[in-house]
Order: sequence, then structure tokens, then C-alpha cells
Amino acid sequence: MSDVLSLIVAKYNYWLYVILMMIGLYGMIAKNNLVKKIVGMNIFQTAIILFYVSVGYKRDATIPILANAHDAHGATAIHAADYINPLTSCLMLTAIVVSVATFGYAMALAVRIYQRYQTLEEDELRMRLSEE
Amino acid sequence: MDNYPALIVVAPFIAALFAGLFVWIDERLSYPIALAGLAVSLFSGIQVMIQVIASGPIQYKLAGWAPPIGIEYRIDLLNAMVLILVAGVAFLNLIASYRSVQQEISDRTGSYFTVYNLFVTGLLGVSITGDLFNLYVLIEITSLTSYAQIALGDKDRGPLASLNYVFIGVIGASFYLLGVGYLYMYTGSLNMADVAVLIKGSEGSSTVLTAFILCILGIWIKMALFPMHVWLPNAYTYSPTAFSRVVAPLMTKVMVYVMIRLMVTVFGYDYIFNTLHLSDAVVWLATLAVLAGGVMALAQKNLKKMLTYIIVCEIGYMVGGAWMGNQLGMTGAILHILNDALMTFALFLAVGNMVYRIEKVDITDLKGLFGKMPWTMGGFVLAALSIIGVPPTCGFFSKWYLILGAMEKGAYHFVAALVISSLICAVLFFKVFEICFFESGSPDHENSHGPVAIEDAPVSMIIISGLVSLSLVVTGFYSGTIVNTIILPFLK
Amino acid sequence: MRFFAFIVVCLTGALLLYGTGEFPDWGDPNSPASLHLSNYYIENALNDTGAPNFVTAVVADYRGFDTMFETAVIFCGGLACFLLLRDFREKKDHYYRHIPTGVILHVKDSQKPLTIGKEFGYMDKDWVPPDLIIKTVCRILIPFIQIYAMYVVAHGDYSPGGGFQGGVIFGSSLILLAISYDLKTLVKRVKERVLGIFAAAGVLLYAGIAALCMLMGGNFLDYSKLAPLVPWNSHHNIRAIGMLGVEIGVGIAVMAVMLIIYINIVSEGRHDEGL
Repeated sequence: MSDVLSLIVAKYNYWLYVILMMIGLYGMIAKNNLVKKIVGMNIFQTAIILFYVSVGYKRDATIPILANAHDAHGATAIHAADYINPLTSCLMLTAIVVSVATFGYAMALAVRIYQRYQTLEEDELRMRLSEE
Repeated sequence: MDNYPALIVVAPFIAALFAGLFVWIDERLSYPIALAGLAVSLFSGIQVMIQVIASGPIQYKLAGWAPPIGIEYRIDLLNAMVLILVAGVAFLNLIASYRSVQQEISDRTGSYFTVYNLFVTGLLGVSITGDLFNLYVLIEITSLTSYAQIALGDKDRGPLASLNYVFIGVIGASFYLLGVGYLYMYTGSLNMADVAVLIKGSEGSSTVLTAFILCILGIWIKMALFPMHVWLPNAYTYSPTAFSRVVAPLMTKVMVYVMIRLMVTVFGYDYIFNTLHLSDAVVWLATLAVLAGGVMALAQKNLKKMLTYIIVCEIGYMVGGAWMGNQLGMTGAILHILNDALMTFALFLAVGNMVYRIEKVDITDLKGLFGKMPWTMGGFVLAALSIIGVPPTCGFFSKWYLILGAMEKGAYHFVAALVISSLICAVLFFKVFEICFFESGSPDHENSHGPVAIEDAPVSMIIISGLVSLSLVVTGFYSGTIVNTIILPFLK
Repeated sequence: MRFFAFIVVCLTGALLLYGTGEFPDWGDPNSPASLHLSNYYIENALNDTGAPNFVTAVVADYRGFDTMFETAVIFCGGLACFLLLRDFREKKDHYYRHIPTGVILHVKDSQKPLTIGKEFGYMDKDWVPPDLIIKTVCRILIPFIQIYAMYVVAHGDYSPGGGFQGGVIFGSSLILLAISYDLKTLVKRVKERVLGIFAAAGVLLYAGIAALCMLMGGNFLDYSKLAPLVPWNSHHNIRAIGMLGVEIGVGIAVMAVMLIIYINIVSEGRHDEGL
């Protein structure tokens, strides 16, 4: 038991990301309202961002911006252990942009669907489609 | 010039941006700019192919940083083939589809050409890159632009089909991204070649196994392999002609390429076939996909939708061949990427010509079409024969390699599925031919503008359609050359 | 559906957790992810690129090619919203408000529109009287927000920030204008055509600088080849200057696309009324 507990404590960020991601995935599949599905999609993508940022974290390290660029003696030694991983932050900048663009476009689609069918509930949409 | 590899992707990209700029200045200029961008890309692709055949794989360091620090392009024979295929199909389609874009999306053609070029940029970038994360970004460009184009098609069903595609596409791309994240966690690198070196010898690691499952699953969803195909038929049926013509031949094939790239370059045969023993299970899945695609195609009344189910079936061929675990199967799969892209392109060109004239392509609408659109139907027949796999056309040869590969492995169920699906295709297409040829329709055709006499499609559309259909026979004749100069040296 | 969703979720969750089982502990400085490339970037970014912000160095230089396409993704998003929603049809009926009396006028069938000024104002279906406090506060704040946005873009090399962040801040300052006044005020000041040109030109600035490197004889995006173009530059790393250029491009594109998405969604593509 204590093994499992220590496993969870040591990796709790990863557990959290999985839980968050599953909430999003469940929303995307099970919800009936299209906007709720879109929000679920956004949660799903955000969970991945949490995962990557967790991968990049280091204990006792600070943000990846050089703290002492201009000290009195010119060049200073840079200790890699002092700064967290800049690569994952960089990758997630891209992922955020992708999720913003997808989210905006999905919302535009929802607006369009509402204009046409006056509803965003999936079962009603299916009914309307089978009538036509 | 050393910059050809970059130009392949950058030329259509910059052309797209200029086309987008000219939407607001003089919209008529957008089209020639987009076309020029694709022409430069095609030219660079051919140059790169010549270089690769002459002197082996090319490496191009973007921003001048050596991999794995920076992003690299690594072009071998397989990439080069896919690049020429993508650029060529996109270029020809842009010529053939000019009139149908004017007809279907009349008030925002400039923006449409911009999106179209960005879509092609994405496909080219996916096929050329040697970096796992760069692949993800370009997959997203491809997806986002295809969502946009699908919604422009059918006014009623387009947006819904597009939104469903958004959901499933996001799940697929996110799985792939997570897989890359797990690989990064294990290796600390994003470069394909570098990752491949770093995961050697870690067969038992659960992280690598999860990464592998996530990457392949994500790509399968994007590729619409059988149980995950639900988004594809609606998305491709309700999209505008110009887009369905380019997405149907290219999107799934490029994803098959990505799968093969991941299998060959990143994870390696050894890991997949000797450590995980996945071959049997996946070949069974592919068999199911082939059968299911064929059966569902039988049930369709709309010609375009029927063809989309045939795509689902063809994906089964390629996945089955690639996972056969022997050289013949892989040869068949790679050859089928080329052949299937050309066949599907020819089919959709012909269907696009029909849509241009008669708007709705339910099978009953096609009555007597042979007499009215002889050239278009000629192209259609040739492409259909190739899909069925009649010998002088190229479809026969890739199926031949696939069957040989399956025999060597002893996967007779796959052979049976191949034969059955070919028979189903024959039944389907001969049903269509019968309606087009023997049943005489009314001389006039009702469309939304009232009855009009049908004539064949505009010359620009017919010429391209005819050329591509003829290329099916030519490719068939040169199959041996393609296998010997491109595929076998790549697999060595 | 719910049951199916539950099964899928459980399976996926189990797979993901199984994969994390062998992960190094969270925050372990010796995990492979923190050693292989990350250390190279941290130790060499300043010498290589002249940017003390390592994230910016990676974003705009080492992996600048990704960032170019990331800007393209945002551009695609804006373009997609425009293509999907933009409705060029003129509305037939217009409503106006006679400001001194509060009487509402209804002009039918596209007759000559009234001029908007001291006497007549627009009237939307969800029009509320503008609040003096909100309007005044926003009018004072917006210029400062915009200055701050430019600061964030310009200091991307040295502090948290960069093109995306600055562009988003600038875009939201203009959205604030639309929220505190009304959409017409924004559309009148920032024309749709300008937004369209800015969005494409921003990305083009990025791709153009990158292509310029190719013309100067280097690889695509290799900023070091740009040195002959800025002869007066003596004490800055040329790569930092290239990075600043592309960040400005990113900022412009992001700003324009934010507005395109916002305006098209709130007005359902008509660009007349909305939040």
C-alpha cells in the first residue's frame, strides 16, 4: 500500500494529467451538447500541455531565463541544473496555439450549425437530419 | 542549388501567404500565385528525386543547426516519391478544379486557394520532415485546413461533418502528440534518427511501448483505419469538389507514409515484429477493414460516398501489407501508396466532372451519362478497372505484391479478403457502368436551375482527367522499374 | 453512449498510467528529458543566439521552423473562421436611435442609410445604453495595454514574452474596445481589409526573413547570414535581431487573427452587431 502511495506522490502530476485528460475525453464522447463537447476537447488538449510542462520541470530550478546575464566580470558559468527545460515550454507554445485555433474554429462551426438548425443538442440534430 | 528540400515546402507556403494577401488587393491574382507556388514545389521535388537517386539520402538542416538540436529534413527515396506524388496531384488538381471552385465557392475563391495551398504545404511538410514534433505541427496545419474546406461544401451537412472530423482529428493528433511526449520523456530527443538510436535496446520499457501504441493509434485515427473510419465518408462526401479531389487521394496515403516512416525509421522492424509480435493481430484488423469497407460500399446510393468507402477498403490493403513483416508485403504497401493515390485521383476527377454538370451524383442520376459525357466516363472506366485490379493498369501490380507478401507469411485470410473486395469492387462498378451505359435517361437533366442539356465537362477538366487515367496504365507498365529503383533500394 | 465513453476512457487512462509507471519521479533533474537536449540549450543559447531567454531562443531560432508553421496554424484558424462564417449579404432592415429623444427608427428595404453622428446612433437588437464609467475607464486603459503589448513583443529575448503573447495582448485591447463600446465602433476603426492584410503580412514577414536567409546563401531561417544587411550593428548578436524581426511578424499576425475570429463569431459573420 505504501508503495502505491509513494508512487502516486512521486508522480502526482502525471496522475493529475491523466485524470484531467480523461475528463476531457469523456466529455467529448458522452456529452450531448456540441458546445460541451468542444469544451471537453479543450480540456483534453490542455491536459497534454500539463503533461509536457511536468516533463520539463526540475526540482530547485527556476524559469529558463538567464538570471545573471550582465555581471561585473563578463561571462558567467551557466549551470544547467539551475534552469528548467526550455524545450518543453517551447513545444507547448505551439500546442497552445494549435488548441486556440482549433477551439476558435470549432466554435465558429457551432455558430454555423446553430444558424442552420436552431439547436446544438446532438440527438435533436440527428432527428432533424433523419427527417430530411 | 542546395535549397531544393526547403523550397518544396516553402514555395507553396509563401505562395499561399501572397494569395491570402492579394485576396484584399486583387482577388484574381490569387489563383496564378497559388499555381506558381505548387509548380515550384513540384519542380524542386523532381530535382530532389534526381539527387537522391544519384547520391543517396539528402539531409537539410533548417536554420543551420545540426540535428538533434535543430530541425532537419531527411529525404530518402520513399519521401521523394511521396513528395512528387503530393505536389503533382495537388498541382494538377488546382488546374482541373479552377472552374468548379468558381462554381461552388464563387464569392471567396481567393481565400479558398490560400487554404488549399496551406493544406498542400502541410502534406508536403509531413512527408519531408525528420523531426517528430515538426510532423505534429504540420499534421495540425493539414487538419485545420481540411476542416475549413469540408465545411464549405454541402450547406446543410458540411458543417456537421466538419465538426465530427474536428473531434476525431483532435483525438488522433493529441494521441500522436502524447506518444511523442512519452518518447521525449524516455530519450530527451525529438529527432527521428536520434530517437531511433536512443531507444535501441529498451525493448521491455513500458514507456516506449505506450509511446508506440499512442503514436500508431493516433496515426490510424487520422488515416481512418476500419473501426476508426466513421468520420471519413461524411467528411469527404460533403466537401467541395476541388477539395475532395485532393484529400481523397492524398490525406490517407500521406498518413500511411507516416505510419511506415514510424515503423521503419523510429521504432524499427525488430521492435515491432520480433519483440511485440504485432503482425498477426494487425493483419487481421486490416482484413476486417478491407471486408468492412467493401461491404459498406455496396450499401451506398451516392457515388461519391461509395468511393469514400472504397478508400476505407484500400487503407486496409496498405496497412495489411505494411504489417505483413516481410519485404514483399512492404513493397506492395509502398507501391500501393503511389497507385492508390493515382487511382483515387482519377476516380474523383471523373466524379468531379460529373458533379460540375449534374450536381447530384446518386447512382440513379447517372442514367445515360456515357452518351452525354463520353470523355469523363472513359476516364472513370479506366480508373475503375484499375481499382478492381485488371492487369495492364497499375492497381493489379500492387495487389499482386500484396498477395505474394501475404502468401509468404501464410496470411490466407488477407488474400481471401483482397480477392473478395476486388470482386465487390467489380460488382459495384459494373452496376454503375450498366446504369450509365444502358439505361437511357431523359435528354435533359433537372438541376437547381431547371432542366439543362448536359454536355461534357470543360476542356481543362477533361484533359487532366484523361491524363491521369492514362497515367494509370503507364504506371502499370513501369511498375517493375519503380519497384527496382525506388522501393527495393529504400527497403535495403 | 455513456457506457461506451466510460469504457474508452478507462482503457485510455489505464494505458497512459501504465506508460508513466517507469517515468522518473516528477521534477527529477536527472531524467533523460532534462539532460539530452535541454542542457545544450541552456548552456549555449546565450552564446549561440544572444538571447538570455532560453525559451525564446528555442522558439525563434533552434526550432524556428516549427514556430513559422505555428503562426501559419493561427493564420489558418482565422482564415477558416472567415471562410466559414463571413456573410457579405447586406442586411435589409436598419434600426437607428434618435439620440436626443430616444425614439427608434426602422428603415426598411435598404433605403438610404442615415448618417451616424450627434443626432442618430446605431440600434441593435441587444443594445444597452453605454455605461459612462466603463467607457471612460476602457478609453484610458486601452492605449496603455497596447504599449504594454509592444513592450512584451520587443522584450521577448530578455523576459517572458514574445510575439504570441504581445499579439494576444494587443488583440485583446481592441476586443476590449468592442466590448466596452460596440462592435461597430471597432469595425469602423479597424477595417476588415486591414485585418486580412495584416494577418497574411505578419506570417509573410516571418517567412520572408527566413527566405531572405536562403537568398543570402544560407539555409532556410539561418539568421547568421543576415549580417551584411545590418552593417551598423556592432554589439548585438545578429541572430537576436533576426529573432526580433520574426517576433514582430508573429505579433502582427496573431493580433489580426484574434480580431478576425472574434468579430466573425460574435456577429455571425455579418460584422454589424454583436457583443
